[in-house]
Amino acid sequence: MSLEIVDSCVSCHACLPLCPSGAISVGDKHLMINKKKCTECEGDYADSQCAAICPIEGAIVDGVTGMACNPPGSLTGIPPHKIEEAMQEMQAR
Amino acid sequence: MELSVLGQEESIDKGCSSGSCGSTDDQLSHLSDEIREKVHNHPCYSEDAHHYFARMHVAVAPACNIQCHYCNRKYDCSNESRPGVVSELLTPDQAVKKTMAVAANIPQMTVLGIAGPGDPLANPERTFETFRQLSEKAPDIKLCVSTNGLALPESVEELAKHNIDHVTITINTLDPEVGAKIYPWVFWNNRRIKGVKGAKILIEQQQKGLEMLASRGILVKVNSVMIPGVNDEHLKEVSRVVKAKGAFLHNVMPLIAEAEHGTFFGVMGQRGPSSKELQALQDACAGDMNMMRHCRQCRADAVGLLGEDRGDEFTMDKIEEMEIDYGAAMEKRKVIHQAIAEELSVKRNDSSDEPTSIFDKAYRPVLMAVATSGGGVINQHFGHAKEFLVYEASTDGVRFIGHRKTDLYCGGGDTCGDGDSVLDQTIRSLEGCETVLCSKIGYEPWEMLEDAGILPNGEHAMEPIEDAIMEVYKEMIAEGKLEETSELETEEVRASA
Repeated sequence: MSLEIVDSCVSCHACLPLCPSGAISVGDKHLMINKKKCTECEGDYADSQCAAICPIEGAIVDGVTGMACNPPGSLTGIPPHKIEEAMQEMQAR
Repeated sequence: MELSVLGQEESIDKGCSSGSCGSTDDQLSHLSDEIREKVHNHPCYSEDAHHYFARMHVAVAPACNIQCHYCNRKYDCSNESRPGVVSELLTPDQAVKKTMAVAANIPQMTVLGIAGPGDPLANPERTFETFRQLSEKAPDIKLCVSTNGLALPESVEELAKHNIDHVTITINTLDPEVGAKIYPWVFWNNRRIKGVKGAKILIEQQQKGLEMLASRGILVKVNSVMIPGVNDEHLKEVSRVVKAKGAFLHNVMPLIAEAEHGTFFGVMGQRGPSSKELQALQDACAGDMNMMRHCRQCRADAVGLLGEDRGDEFTMDKIEEMEIDYGAAMEKRKVIHQAIAEELSVKRNDSSDEPTSIFDKAYRPVLMAVATSGGGVINQHFGHAKEFLVYEASTDGVRFIGHRKTDLYCGGGDTCGDGDSVLDQTIRSLEGCETVLCSKIGYEPWEMLEDAGILPNGEHAMEPIEDAIMEVYKEMIAEGKLEETSELETEEVRASA
C-alpha cells in the first residue's frame, strides 16, 4: 500500500517535512513518493499527512486504485462543473 | 543602473518643496518616536517613504497550512501580479544571494520581506535560514515577514531571535462563521480541519500571535482583504480590535477575484469592491487607527519601488553572473539612505510649518491622478504609467487616497484576449478624477481623456506631487470651477474616489 503524487502537483513542498517515513523527495517535475517507504502513515497518524495538507485536488492518488485522495471540489469548495465552465470560457477567448 | 532618487535635488528649491505639503493625512504623525524611527524608511509602512525606498520579496516559502478562497496555488500566469504568485522558487542560499545582488544594484532597497508564495511560517526552516544568513551578511537590510497567523504563536520566539521587527498578519475576520466563508480548511495538529471549526482555530491563533508580538514590542501591521457581502461591514470591528491589541497600522485591501485565476471567489463570481467602496471602508476604519492606503498587493517575488517590479533584472541565472562586493555596497547604500532621509526630513518639517487653510471660503474637493515613477515628483509619461496615485485636493490640503492600476492586475493587455484597449482600461481606471498630472502625454490619449471629462496636465513635470496638486487646485478655484457647492455635493465627491 502506498500513495502516489501525479503531474498536477505544484511542488509546494508542504507534504515533504510531514512524511513520517521519509518517503517524499523532490523529483524533476514534481514531488515524488517512494512506494517502498510509504506506509500511508498507518501507525503514525490517523490521516495520511501528505493528502491531509496537499492543496491541489487530485494531485495525490492511491497507488493501487488511482483514486484521488482529494477529489474535485473537496478542498476548494468549487463545484467541478463551475471550474469547467470557467476553463471553457477562457479557452473561447 | 539608474538611481532615480539622486537626480531629484533640483526639486528641493521649488515651491515649498514638500512631499506632503499641507497634507491632512500624515500616517506617521500619531506614532511614538520609537515606532517612527523604525518605519521612517519602510516603503510599506510609510506613505511618503514609499516614493523613495524600495522593497523586495524572496520566494522561499512555497508551503501553506491553510486555504483561502481568494488564492489558487495552481495558476501562475507570468503576466499576473498578485500575492501568492511567483515565477521562481528560491532556496535560502539563492534568496540571500539575490537579496544582496538587489541591495547592491538598487541601493534604495531597505526592506526584505518573506511573503510566500505560501505561508512563511509554514516553512520555518527555509524562512528562518534566510533571515539568519541575511541578518549576518547584510545587517543594513530590514527584515519582515507576512503570515496568515496559524503558526504565529509558535514562531514568535524565533522571530524575535532573528531581529525581525516587522510582522504583517492577514486578519479577515474575528468571527468563525464569517471565517468559514473565507477559509475552507486549515491544517492543524496533523489533520485537515474544515469549516467553522477550522476558521475558529485560525482566528484564535491570529489573535494570540498578535498579542504575543505586541507584548514583545515587535511591530505588527494587519492586512485585511475586503470582500463585499462577506466581511466588509465586519472589518470595522476588526480594525478596532486589532488596534486595541497593539497593531500599529491597518491595511484594508480590495479582493482580487477573476474567474481566470481559478480561485473560489473568482470562479463563483464574488466581486471585489469598487474604489469608492474601498475608500469608504478605509475612511470608516481610519477613525480608529492609522490606515494604509498605498499598498500594491505585491507578488511574493516583487523587486523595486512599490508599484514597479524589476524582478526580471534579477533572475537566478543573471544573479549567478554578478560579482557583489557587499562591503562597498553598504557604504554606498549608507550615503544614499542618508541623502533620502535628509530630503524626507526637510519635507516633513516644511509640511508641519504650512498654514493649513489659506482659503477665503469653502470650495468642493477634487480628485487628481498623478503619474510618478518615484521620488515624490511628477516624472512619468502618461503612456508609461502602470498605475496612478490618486490624491484629494481640498481647502484642508492634499491627502493621498490610493492608487489605481491601469492594467487591472494583468499586464497581458491585448494578448490576453480582452477586446478593450489598454488606453480604454486606463481611462476607466481614472473614474472620478478631474485631472491627471504627468510629465508628458501623447495627442491621442489627451483627446480621449478630455472626452472622458478628465483634464490632462503636463505643466508640472518634475515638481513635487503635493505642491503641484495644490497649485492646480488653486487654478481651478481661480477659474471658478469649484464654486457653488452644497454639503451634499461635497460628500458625493469625497465618496466617489
